[in-house]
Amino acid sequence: MGRYVIRRLLQTVPVFIGTTFLIFVMVYALGDPVAGLFGDRAPDPGTAARLREEFGLDKPLWQQYLLYLGKIFTGDFGTAFNGRPVTELMATAFPATVRLMLIALVIEMVIGVLLGVVSGLRRGRGIDTSVLLLTLLVISVPTFVTGATLQFLLGVKWPLVNPAVSTRATFGELLLPGLVLALVSLAYIARLTRTSVAENARADYVRTAVAKGLPRHRVVTHHLLRNSLIPVITFLGTDIGSLMAGALVTERIFNIQGVGYHLYQGVLRQNSPTVVGFVTILVLVFLAANLLVDLLYAVLDPRIRYA
Amino acid sequence: MPESHVRSHPEEPPAFDGASAAPAAGGLGVGPVEDLVVGDGSGRRATGRRRRPKARGLWADAWHDLRRNPIFGLSALLIIFLLLVSVWPGLIASRDPLACDLSRSLDGPAPGHWFGFDAQGCDVYTRTVYGARASIAVAVCATLGTALIGGVLGGLAGFFGGWADGVLSRITDVFFGIPMVLGGLVFLAMTEAEGIWPVVWVIVLLGWPQAARIARGSVITVRQNDYVQAARALGAGTTRMLVKHVLPNAVAPVIVVMTIALGTYVALEATLSFLGIGLQPPTVSWGVAISDASDGMQFRNAPHILLYPAAALSVTVLAFIMLGDAVRDALDPKLR
Repeated sequence: MGRYVIRRLLQTVPVFIGTTFLIFVMVYALGDPVAGLFGDRAPDPGTAARLREEFGLDKPLWQQYLLYLGKIFTGDFGTAFNGRPVTELMATAFPATVRLMLIALVIEMVIGVLLGVVSGLRRGRGIDTSVLLLTLLVISVPTFVTGATLQFLLGVKWPLVNPAVSTRATFGELLLPGLVLALVSLAYIARLTRTSVAENARADYVRTAVAKGLPRHRVVTHHLLRNSLIPVITFLGTDIGSLMAGALVTERIFNIQGVGYHLYQGVLRQNSPTVVGFVTILVLVFLAANLLVDLLYAVLDPRIRYA
Repeated sequence: MPESHVRSHPEEPPAFDGASAAPAAGGLGVGPVEDLVVGDGSGRRATGRRRRPKARGLWADAWHDLRRNPIFGLSALLIIFLLLVSVWPGLIASRDPLACDLSRSLDGPAPGHWFGFDAQGCDVYTRTVYGARASIAVAVCATLGTALIGGVLGGLAGFFGGWADGVLSRITDVFFGIPMVLGGLVFLAMTEAEGIWPVVWVIVLLGWPQAARIARGSVITVRQNDYVQAARALGAGTTRMLVKHVLPNAVAPVIVVMTIALGTYVALEATLSFLGIGLQPPTVSWGVAISDASDGMQFRNAPHILLYPAAALSVTVLAFIMLGDAVRDALDPKLR
């Protein structure tokens, strides 16, 4: 297990460097950070040149990247457009988004797996067909349509919840946005679990467990579910990426002042440090999530460890 | 037996598992390509077990299966209709999508305007029909680009192996680390370009590694098959092996994944337009229409301005997902 962990950790290093470099190039080579500082006015050439020198933008790109990477490791992400350090902006933005994603993760895991197990065990029956139809519907309707519709129905037409989220973004307020964010992934998890449960239900070890006289719920939770959840865990790793992208959309709909909001502001104002900083953190979280999933996978399935 | 070898390899189309297809789609997940079609299709698969009068190749066999699949028929008809409409929108809409009358802003259905009017007083029906063009053009161009670049690079890397393969695999790893909507947001906002081409480029740029990974895996499996070894032993050149043996046998998984990806690219374009960084007005597209409708909840008093473009978008995504799923089932001999 130790060797597997080390190998997997080492694999993450080049990917981290590659992704951060790619983002860095996109922002600094395609956009003009100095022009962004002047808003809509044309920059004064002298001032622009001085600013370029001050921010190190006159150096070659790879040198800028190395400088930037060095600064990141000391916790310095540069200054945002309003003169505050980007890290300060992050401290206000990330808690709301993390709460939102946690709610979504819990909802999709609990409901998705539950629906999947129920329909997988009753394959071909009415409940199975309705779960399949519903999930297909959910998958094909984009998040921003379900989001706007649910916001209108539950927030305005039958006022059950507040349609907009306050700046505090408490767990209670984030329930509806979290559900919207979770829906598509929930559908995938339900389908994945269903296929996997239906396949494993015919496995020899399940028949053995039943033949031993174990109660049905024990067979399902201890024997069937443990093996059926492996593909679901794998899916969760990549799903963190979809949740991040979905969070941008959901935050836009419900006016949550989280990562998506600040990222969008940074993009509008062409504020490169904000954009690069936020995206770097998101990519880091994504890589870490995938690392965690791979390790979890090795815990669940011993064959991976010894491969 | 030049034909039978094609079908008799049980491990033929590899990388059909969801995990390999899921990540690149970013927010909209191609997701696991697991069994998206309703029902377990046992009735359909039973036809495959019937005794066949003569041997068929992989493609003829798949076609034999597909013709009997109602889901394939339905989704194929829908897609042909969508393609026709996006090329000749005048076929079913006689008005000009940009001819609007502000005095009828947000009006409900009226004779001759069955879908009502949007906030600018434009006819929602006409704009929904014309919206197909931009949305489908983006998705089709992006899919072709992704499949070509990814397929060729991934296929060659898989066939030749060596250091180029290693480099390509690391590059795909890097691209998989960036969720598509996130990358698209940064790219489109920084280039500040407009029109459909930047959106196509960004999807190709971020999407090709997905196709490359599938193609690579598929080619590696095919390369090890006996008939490729036999061709090599008989002295076939590299080009001949690639074109005559590897290509026809390895292309199936790429086609399936790209069909499903086409649906998700339609949704991706709409998502980017919704975020205000994809297509911009005056371009007529479903994403732009939905974005306008949900801006400040304008659809509150006129649900039709959200309903029709959203329904068109969802049906399109659904059609491509179902088509890809049906084709996957038909091409995957493991399921028989």
